[in-house]
Formats: sequence, C-alpha cells, structure tokens
Amino acid sequence: MTITYREAMREALHDALARDPRVFLMGEDIGKYGGSYAVSKGFLDEFGPDRIRDTPLSELAFVGAGIGAALGGMRPIVEIMTVNFSLLALDQIVNTAALYSHMSGGQFHVPLVIRMATGAGRQLAAQHSHSLENWYAHVPGLTVVAPATVDDARGMLGPALANPDPVVIFEHAMLYNAEGELTDAWRSADLSSARVLRPGTDVTLIAWGGTVWKALEAAKSLAGAGIEAEVIDLRVLRPLDDATVMDSVRRTHRAIVVDEGWRSGSLAAEIMARIMEQALYDLDAPVARVCSEEVPIPYAKHMEEAALPQTSKIVAAARQMLGKAEASA
Amino acid sequence: MIEFKLPSLGAEMDEGTLVEWKIKPGDTVHKGDVVAVVDTSKSAIDVEIWQDGMVLELLLELHQTVPVGTVIARLLEPGETPEHADAEKRRIAEAAAAKPPAAPAPSAPTPTKVVPATGSEGRRRVSPAARVHAQTLGIDLARVTGTGPQGAVTIEDVERAAAQKPSADDRALAMRTAIGAAMARSKREIPHYYLATDIPLERATRWLAKRNQGRAVTERALMAAVFLKSVALALRKFPELNGYYRDGGFVAGSGTHLGVAISLRQGGLIAPAIRDVGSLSLDELMKRLTDLVARARALTLKSSEMTDATITVTNLGDQGVEVVHGVIYPPQVALVGFGKMSVRPWVRDGNVMAEPVVTASLSADHRASDGHRGALFLNELNRLLQEPEPLDEAPK
Repeated sequence: MTITYREAMREALHDALARDPRVFLMGEDIGKYGGSYAVSKGFLDEFGPDRIRDTPLSELAFVGAGIGAALGGMRPIVEIMTVNFSLLALDQIVNTAALYSHMSGGQFHVPLVIRMATGAGRQLAAQHSHSLENWYAHVPGLTVVAPATVDDARGMLGPALANPDPVVIFEHAMLYNAEGELTDAWRSADLSSARVLRPGTDVTLIAWGGTVWKALEAAKSLAGAGIEAEVIDLRVLRPLDDATVMDSVRRTHRAIVVDEGWRSGSLAAEIMARIMEQALYDLDAPVARVCSEEVPIPYAKHMEEAALPQTSKIVAAARQMLGKAEASA
Repeated sequence: MIEFKLPSLGAEMDEGTLVEWKIKPGDTVHKGDVVAVVDTSKSAIDVEIWQDGMVLELLLELHQTVPVGTVIARLLEPGETPEHADAEKRRIAEAAAAKPPAAPAPSAPTPTKVVPATGSEGRRRVSPAARVHAQTLGIDLARVTGTGPQGAVTIEDVERAAAQKPSADDRALAMRTAIGAAMARSKREIPHYYLATDIPLERATRWLAKRNQGRAVTERALMAAVFLKSVALALRKFPELNGYYRDGGFVAGSGTHLGVAISLRQGGLIAPAIRDVGSLSLDELMKRLTDLVARARALTLKSSEMTDATITVTNLGDQGVEVVHGVIYPPQVALVGFGKMSVRPWVRDGNVMAEPVVTASLSADHRASDGHRGALFLNELNRLLQEPEPLDEAPK
C-alpha cells in the first residue's frame, strides 16, 4: 500500500492512542490546528482535549510537564515544532529526562517520547531549518531515531513508547509529503539497527532522515557511471549501529557520510571516527562527508539549495573518491 | 623522468651524507656508474645508479644529510626530453598543490628542497587497505603506480601490479634482494643452534624400491617425499619447532605446512609450502611435490603458498654435499636439511656394512626450543625412517 510519510506517522499515533489509555499528545498547535505538519489533524475531535492537548508557547514548560506525566505513569508523546525550538527545552531533556534513570540507580524511568521536525528545504529560514540531531545523539540516557521510510515512520513509535527511557524522534520536514510503499517490515522496526537500503560494492553512502533519499538518488546516478554504491539508512542515531556500518565498509573499502548538519562537530564526524577506529586497514580511500555549509540555513531558495547536501554533491564526492571525477567545466 | 633516490647501502644504514657528486647536469650515465660518494655511519660508499639516463638536476648539496629513499637527483630517461620532464614536474607540483590544506608536515631533518612532492616526508600515498593487500601479495609498493585520488595507490592498483609479470632481470635482482634481506634478518635476529645426525636408510630404501616396483615412473615416490612425510610426522611430537616467532613470542603453526626449498634455474630460490603434509598419503604428497616444483620453476605459485610454511625443509643431496647448516627463514623457527644419500660404512650388529646413509640436520631458533628437544626430534625422525611402512598412508 502506498501512503505518505505523514499518513504513516498519523496511523502510528492513532494506533498508539487507541491501544493505550496512558498515551496522550501534547504540543503547540497540535489540537485545533491539527499540528504544524498536519500529522494530528482530526485527533482532537476523536480523542478529546484531555488526550490531545494544545500547549502554551513554552517548550520548557510542556516538555517538563511531559516528564512529570511520564514519571507519574503516563506515556506522553510530546511534539516540538522544530529542533530549533527544542533548544528551549534542552535543560528538561538533557538535565532531567536523560538523567533520571542513571541518577536514581534505575528506580525512576522517564518513558517519554519527543517528536520533532528537523531539517531544511522548505524556505523556512534559519530559525526553523537546522539539523541538530547530533546534539541529542551526544547524550547518554537518550535513544535518538530518525525514521526515513514510511515503514519506520509507522513502526518506530511503538518500540519508542515501549522503551522505559526517553526517546527522541526526528522527522525530516521534507519527508511528510513523500510517498512510499508500506510493507509488513514496519511491524519489526527496532531502535537499535541500521539498514542497508541498497546493496553495492564500490562505496558506502551513510545517511539518515532526509539525506537517505538524496543518497539513494545519488546511488542511482552513480550506477550509470559504473559505480555501485551501497546505501545505509542509519535509522538510529543513538546508539549507533557500528556493526552494519563496518560490515559494509569492509566490503566496499570506501565510505561517504551524508549529514545535513554542519560539518564541524557533526554526527558525520563521529561516524568517520568510528570507521577510523574499527576499519582503517580496510579503507582504500580517506572517508569523506557531504554536510551542510557552515552558515545559518538561508531563506532564499537558490542559497538554501546551495547550502544543503545535494545529490550532485554526493555523486561528485563518490566519483572523486573512486578516481573518476568528471573534468570540471 | 628518473627520480634517483638515496639507496640503502646496508641493513644499518638509514641516512647518508653527500661527500661528492661524480656527475653533473648534462652528463650521460650508464647502469652501474658510480654517481656519488656518500658517507654513512660506517664508511664512505660509492653509490651506483641502476638505470641509463641523462642528469637533469642534482638535489643534494655537499655535506647535506638525508634519509634513505630521498630523491637526490633527477635524470631523463633515454629518449626523454627536458620538456617531458618539465611537464611531469608540473603535474607532480599541481597534484601537490591540489591537496587540501593539510596540517603542516611534521618537521623532518630533510631540507624542503629534497622532499618529494608526493607527500610529507617522502611517504607515498597508499591507502591502508592497499598497503595490507600489497603485503599479503608480497608486492613492492615502490613498483606500483597509484591511480586513486591524488595519485594514491589503491587495492586495484596493487592487484594490477600483481598481475603484471616483471622482467626476468628485475625479478632476479628483486629475488636476490629479498633473499638477502630475509637471511640477513635471520642471522641478525635468530639465535640459531645446529644439530645433525646420520640416519641409515637401508630399510627405507628397500621398502621404497619394492613399493615403486611395477609402477609407472610418474607413479613412483621419491625418497625426498618420504623425508618430507617423516619430518611432518616427527613435528607432531615437537610443536615448538613448527610455527613462527612473532612479536616476542612463539606461535605454533596451524598444521604441518612444509616449505620446500626449490632452487630456480635462473638463480635464486623459493620455499613454497605444501599444506598439512602430515595428513597426506605418500602418493598424494608426491603428486603435490611434483606439481609444486613444476609451478615454482614456471613461477606460477600462489601467494598463499609463499606465506603459509611453518617450517622449511631443504634437500641439497643432489648437489653432493653431506651436511646442510641451514639458515632459518623468518619468522619460522626451524629448518630441516638433508644431505647426500650415499653408501657408507655402517656398523650394524657388530659388523661393518655398506649401507645407504643420509645426514639429517636441524637448524632451530633457540628462542623457541632447546638443543635437547631438537636432538629428540632428530631421533624421532630417525625412528620413523627405520619403520617406513606407516609413512605410506594418510594418518587418521
């Protein structure tokens, strides 16, 4: 069945609300307005204002309320409009939600799910367009996932709710309208493994969230040039699935990480470091990365496009790595 | 363009100081000419060149000290013009300039002028995987052309180089060098001890003759195969002679993989392995031995055969010598030698008899075993050859 990413996410939420009375949604504009990306449209009428709660514009307050509810036995799903705004709630997430299990010696858990949109491409300018997944992937105590496919959009929420400790779900804003085939694989979605989306022999492209589709497109284009790229959808940003990455790199001997975050201090840097640590002697070329330019993401369309990792940049990086760079015009 | 590098002039030499240039730009040089005098820690040495060419530029000044491998002069190859060389130089310079602004090269004792443009400190760009691959295949990276990004050597380049057959001259020279390096290392690092014993072969000879009777020539087994089999079986009781000395410790071999020293017609020698000799029947072993010798002489050995041996067996009986005092092939820890099998006076039951006798010798690494055990090994070898019948079969 072909559905959109938005529909898959919506089905997942609907299913969770219908199954478990402890589950409720909370966030800005998720009720009357139906969610800024229309994921929870109609939910208010169906489930009522106790379970679909519009909140004041204070991320600090409503994430904190979510933590309290989770500690009290509920299974809150908190939506934050974009990762940029989540910085207002960083103290609650990093200093409270992520720490309770550790600081209480396992006596208290915070079974909180936080959903947030991330990424650029919709001309929403710098304050709505950044990719700060790596900030969260840095923090022990959090599980961080980035569903890229409709299967994962549909499937990851279940295990996230079942997780006793906080889970952050990053939904790339450009994916909501993307269509995909929903397969039975969604039922076995986990919060621990990366997945090879396209097998290849010459270079491994490692991507997640919004860049997965650019990597797949790049792989298609590279195939035309005789380069078979393997594409890994990382899926889970913390904890990282090293085994899948290393297994692939040991076969292809080359790796390019595609990360919509800024290069310096990026998650791409972490993945590259792990490849150096674990697979250096299998590498046939320095590991490369395609990241966003180190500027606040611009508003102007052509500049926004220029700032982001694009298929053409991935293709160029792969060709150069294989010594098959196209002559520059 | 020829990049003439300061060659290593001895195992202990890692740098040299220029005393004198014997050439100047414009000179024509021939293979074997002395081009410079270089002072090493031990003495002044005449440095020869191994290619014909015309001197383009000298990159080393008097009294300058540089590490081995530094390019000290550039020469034009026969038929090459200075324009050619300029173009190539430009290409190298551009490749260097195209490098990302890397951290400054670690300060080296080399003046910048003589640092090759291919990388800091003259280290070539070789991918880690290619380096491992070259080592596995026994490929000299200096002979591999890099086609990867910025001219780096890739796995594919190593494989291409491995597929190319070097010319006989190069090969003979390379082999001499390789043997020299391995044997120098052996004598430098391995505290050898040597033992030898005479082994009467009356029974073994008779048994073998009877066994070969009525068989076609190609079906017959040679005493050499009997020796190999008995060495492999004896090793089972003396694992400390079968394996490698690595990183300061002995590592037992995974099986009795016997390196068989084979001299090549064009000179030189190789010792490819027959795997698990202890578990082969004599017929199978003979078949493998025949095949191995043929392929060794045709130079079509597999790389695994070149690296698998856990001990070496050398048989110099055909050359008429009585005793072999072998040099262990590192990282192995022992070498078994067989001399000429000859009819000698031998005392049996109080009578002097004329019997075929061979002198078997053992060179072993004192870090891995002692002479007492070595002696017991030779005794076991002797014992096995006195009752040769069980050598025929593949043991359970």
